[in-house]
Amino acid sequence: MIIVRIIFQTVFLAISQIWANKVRAMLTTLGIIIGVAAVISVVAATDGLQKFVLKEFASVGASKVWIFPRMPEGQRDRFSWRQLRIQLKEVNGMLERCPSIERLTPILEMATSVQFGDVSKPTVSVQAVRPAWHQIEDRAIVQGRPLSTIDEDQRLQVCIINDKAIGEFQLPSECVGTRISVGGRLFTIVGVVETKTVSPMFGGDEARTEVYIPFQTGLMLRPEPRMYIVAQTKSPELYEDAKAEITFFMRRMRNLKPDDPNTFGVEAIEQIIAQFKKLAAGLSVFLAGIVAISLLVGGIGIMNIMLVSVSERTREIGLRKAVGAKPAVVLLQFLVEAITLCLIGGAVGLVIGFGIVAALKLIPKSPLEEAGVPIWAIALSVGFSAATGLIFGMFPAIKAARLDPIVALRHE
Amino acid sequence: MTIRIRQLQKVYRVGTERVHALRGIDLDIAKNEFVAIMGASGSGKSTLMNILGCLDRPTAGVYELAGKPTHRMNATQLAQVRNQEIGFVFQSFELLNRQTALDNVTLPLIYSSKRWWGVRKRAKEALDRVGLGDRVHHRPMQLSGGQRQRVAIARALVNSPSILLADEPTGNLDSKTSEEIIALFKQLHAEGQTIVIVTHEEDIAGHAKRIVRLRDGRILSDSPTHEDVMHQDYLRRAAVTAVSVAKRELGDADVMASVSASVSASVAEVKP
Repeated sequence: MIIVRIIFQTVFLAISQIWANKVRAMLTTLGIIIGVAAVISVVAATDGLQKFVLKEFASVGASKVWIFPRMPEGQRDRFSWRQLRIQLKEVNGMLERCPSIERLTPILEMATSVQFGDVSKPTVSVQAVRPAWHQIEDRAIVQGRPLSTIDEDQRLQVCIINDKAIGEFQLPSECVGTRISVGGRLFTIVGVVETKTVSPMFGGDEARTEVYIPFQTGLMLRPEPRMYIVAQTKSPELYEDAKAEITFFMRRMRNLKPDDPNTFGVEAIEQIIAQFKKLAAGLSVFLAGIVAISLLVGGIGIMNIMLVSVSERTREIGLRKAVGAKPAVVLLQFLVEAITLCLIGGAVGLVIGFGIVAALKLIPKSPLEEAGVPIWAIALSVGFSAATGLIFGMFPAIKAARLDPIVALRHE
Repeated sequence: MTIRIRQLQKVYRVGTERVHALRGIDLDIAKNEFVAIMGASGSGKSTLMNILGCLDRPTAGVYELAGKPTHRMNATQLAQVRNQEIGFVFQSFELLNRQTALDNVTLPLIYSSKRWWGVRKRAKEALDRVGLGDRVHHRPMQLSGGQRQRVAIARALVNSPSILLADEPTGNLDSKTSEEIIALFKQLHAEGQTIVIVTHEEDIAGHAKRIVRLRDGRILSDSPTHEDVMHQDYLRRAAVTAVSVAKRELGDADVMASVSASVSASVAEVKP
């Protein structure tokens, strides 16, 4: 009970003490104020950036694994690009041999001329895909129907376009059944999918005009196709397993010896996210270092001012001891004062930090729109401020507690 | 006995030399005594006062305050004794200038482990006792020297200490204010407070009932003051008169009973 009362009393006393020396207290706690403000604003900025980037990743789609030809480093004289091409037998065997994969589609990408009526475009992105593409990409069908296995098996000259293409080629708004010329052949439009803008981070820009045709039909257009595979894992966290299975399968298909490098690439979006998160964590550690330094500097300021306070108030300490303040109580009093000082500095720093964050959010079109201050950052700032007070207030407080009351009362 | 001191010694080490500040003091002070301790500088007066106030510990000897063996206590226990048993009054008041009179008087109660309720009421009562009930919310800088010392006395009294220990309490006051403070001490003594004043002023010491003089770390003399001697002499003469009157009036038969009755009457008569 007595301890609670003394803490209450000392906090009150410390606040009045600080209020009496406002300017001095401000300057003393400047290190802590700056440290905390810096942490809050930078953590919020990192948080905003992370949210932004993760949102971009989400737009590409989770659970996806890409398999594509890749020239091993420094082996250009050994392999030709032609050798590295994804083979049809690799596409066809993969689903069966890789249990972590739910579905996949090869994608044969070509830029070719597309024409409707008077409108002709020389290089339109035409992709030949299997029906599984619809499930993997998960794009809404705006009109008509998706590509089907019948289209695939019969090698029908049908296509799906995105809704941007309607405007681009001045197609009738109900365009299903209309015929357009793709690479000089007539294709019937069977469906329209929504246009998805891919983030500039992944090479996407403005929404493109897109045409999708059955994979087998595509093979007829390009007898020696260059393609890649997009596979979807059964669940997002299986990407490591899927990568291992695919790598094993591909190496066997290509008869690579144990010492040979991979002649293909396997990348998963989760992996990139994990790498990014690691980067963000690294940034946090770096930040923590900055905080530690600024709080160290702030702490030295606190220690200095507390030493001044102890020597200024030596007679007061002597008196308090004479009327019965025990050494432990005097120690507590000065510790509480140092901690209060630091916490006030921390609170001011928090307010300034929040101000900076609010200002950052106001910047138009910045990627920091969703910047928020996480609870842990607030807790960390407050905790570190208090710890600074505790650590750097200890020495002056011990000095005060050890004062001999007789000497202290005689002090001028 | 409120204070019991036996063979008290204090040795300071100044560099390689040993300075004997106290060389064996024996002193008893009973409850409700009013004692002045006098001595020139270097007599050991300040050392004795520090030990009496439990601010310092003796090198050897026994010091019991209100039955507690303080010579065997550590710093924390001594702080407790200072809080409960001793009320300090200093020459330069030692008030906290940022705080009100009431807060200053409350200070010892804050550090007290017993009775934490009604603290401000008790502080207010202490201020009433020293006649400052109307200056409760004044800060020391708004008070005169005499008033400040009254606040300090109220602070010393607030925990109902066994002894009130005053160190040159009038040293910073003019003669008129000093008289007022001395009058306050006398009033407190009449109310039953045990008071020990350390001073070098004969006038001030003269108001006490007993003077202990120190020289070179020893007690030089320990005697009642002039005022008290007169008083006792008066009583003795009154008693003698009473006995002779009794003998004359009653003969030898019931002398003793009559004497005691007469003495009581005489004592009642001479009491101020």
